Amino acid sequence: MADASLGLWTVPLAVFGGAIRVSTPFLFVSLGECITERSGRINLGLEGTLVMGAMSAYGISYLSGSPWLGVLAAGITGALFGALHAGICSLPRVNDIAVGIALMLLGTGLAFFLGKPLIEPTAARLPAIDFGWWSDVPQVRAALRINVLFLIGVAIAPLLYWAFKTTRWGLLIRTAGESADAARAMGHSVLLIRLRATMVGGFLAGIGGSFLSLFYPGSWNEGLSSGQGITAVALVIFARWDPMLCLWASLAFGGAAALGPALQSVGITSGYHLFNAAPYILTLAIMIITCSPKRTLTGAPAELSITR
Amino acid sequence: MDFGRISRRHLLQGSAALALGSTLGVRGAAAAETTVGFIYVGSRDDYGYNQAHAQGAAALKKLPGIKVVEEEKVPETDAVEKTIESMINLDGATLLFPTSFGYYNPHVLKMAAKFPKLRFEHCGGLWTDKDPKNAGSYFGYIDEAQYISGIVAGYSTKSGKLGFVAAKPIPQVLRNINAFTLGARLANPKATTQVIFTGDWSMPVKEAEATNSLIDQGVDVLTCHVDGPKTMVENAARRGAMVCGYHVNQSPLAPKAYLTGAEWNWEALYPKFVKMIVAGEAIPNFYRGGLKEEIVKVSPYGEMVSAEARKAADDVKAKFMSGDYTIFKGPIADNKGKTVIASGTDRGQQDPELEKMDYLVEGVIGATA
Repeated sequence: MADASLGLWTVPLAVFGGAIRVSTPFLFVSLGECITERSGRINLGLEGTLVMGAMSAYGISYLSGSPWLGVLAAGITGALFGALHAGICSLPRVNDIAVGIALMLLGTGLAFFLGKPLIEPTAARLPAIDFGWWSDVPQVRAALRINVLFLIGVAIAPLLYWAFKTTRWGLLIRTAGESADAARAMGHSVLLIRLRATMVGGFLAGIGGSFLSLFYPGSWNEGLSSGQGITAVALVIFARWDPMLCLWASLAFGGAAALGPALQSVGITSGYHLFNAAPYILTLAIMIITCSPKRTLTGAPAELSITR
Repeated sequence: MDFGRISRRHLLQGSAALALGSTLGVRGAAAAETTVGFIYVGSRDDYGYNQAHAQGAAALKKLPGIKVVEEEKVPETDAVEKTIESMINLDGATLLFPTSFGYYNPHVLKMAAKFPKLRFEHCGGLWTDKDPKNAGSYFGYIDEAQYISGIVAGYSTKSGKLGFVAAKPIPQVLRNINAFTLGARLANPKATTQVIFTGDWSMPVKEAEATNSLIDQGVDVLTCHVDGPKTMVENAARRGAMVCGYHVNQSPLAPKAYLTGAEWNWEALYPKFVKMIVAGEAIPNFYRGGLKEEIVKVSPYGEMVSAEARKAADDVKAKFMSGDYTIFKGPIADNKGKTVIASGTDRGQQDPELEKMDYLVEGVIGATA
């Protein structure tokens, strides 16, 4: 235990630590949604996928004793939810936003139902890698106990950026998202592309959920997500469908979530509700700054139901 | 026993109110047992507030002739009125336990006025003479148990810094923070309690962040007042800090870090209530009690608690049990330096002034707004 306190330095450190700890679910969900939306569909159900992922990861980890198996189970659950969304949306005249909302409610409800017996038991957690070995300040060491999933998420962002730009698959997804007709003319099935994109998106969102229940905060309960999935979906718009911007936006949201408690811990106690609202104020501010009535959102896939 | 007869009459009345005459025959036959309804604001196995009540409900289920119906995750809105009405009209409940603080005014009061023959026992409300006679409010002076936790925490801390993860600055929460701090300062006059409000009863990510921030500040013993202490307990234990639990015994979650904790003892109180009703005794509308009345209890000490701390805590506990100990004994100053309880004034546990608490005592770092 630390006897020395860092005083006001705790705040930047907590925001930094929070950026790493809290951002991972945002990162996975937003990257997943980025893929889905780039293919021309919005999956609002990722909140439900996130909660289902958290629950199934915790359950499988508890039953099998292996947290990594839990992560895999969360991914598969997420992919199945993605397949369900894509499957329903491939029927004619189905609105993807409405289906997404339905799946969000289904996912959370199902997770609460199946997760009832999982609230009390303690499951095996994901290990953390200690990157703070060089420091003898315990606070820094604690902030640098980083989970592999975070690193994977950070690695996926540039990979995705590169894949969208230069690979055949990236091009196909973008084509389906920009112009379904063009994709069809090239002889590709738009529905199949979107099915795969939504499944991959669900897979990532499920893994984001496993981080919540198996690493931080690190247990299954019904208040676990408290809207992080839906925030992450909004993040994608905020990040202009750019995976790298998704990464920065997720880090900013993670850091902002740590701001309220950190300020209180150094004695800045007035207006903590306001600081707790920091992430949302940030969203509004950036939305207003980057919006213009003269043009549509830059980077928005043309096939999205919100831009069409 | 005429309890069955009373409940049948209630059933008939409730049914008539909804003009569901056709089902009366069925209901009459089912009225041989008494149905008790429990309403929880959150999940009933949250390792916390709601679980404590559900354990009390489980104790009732073991009594003969008692049927328990439960509904969880009922928000503190009109929704609770609908739940109460359906428990009365569909399940035939004659005794209701709406267990969340915010249910009382206006929802429980409204329902008590509408069903004057049924009994409503609300947890945490402040029953006054103006309220319906068939409504009652009960609560435990869990600050006594928090005071004991504070003494143990004061002896156990090495940095002299304690942490408190709290939901909202309402009187009950502030009273716990203050009692914990006063207890800790009895053991270590220099001890401080740093409080962080998360803003709501169940915010796992915020609670985890608050826990980490407190530990980063050098806090080495933490406790909390949120609905589910599991997040705080597990995260603090992972960082190597010690914890005092709340609501129920969380020592299975962190056996090495768990010092002690303030627990509810509803499994003792609820069967007592039902037996009082069966025996025809009136439950006082304003029912309060602490360690002595077995409404709250203290978790068994963890292995890290020193012999000195155990002795000091047990001594105070014995005084609570004999009923001659006052936590809020003047002079007490708040953390802005203002005297809130004058010298010579003893605010005993029953003092209604304490249920309006809006200050943090000296030694607490934090603010109520």
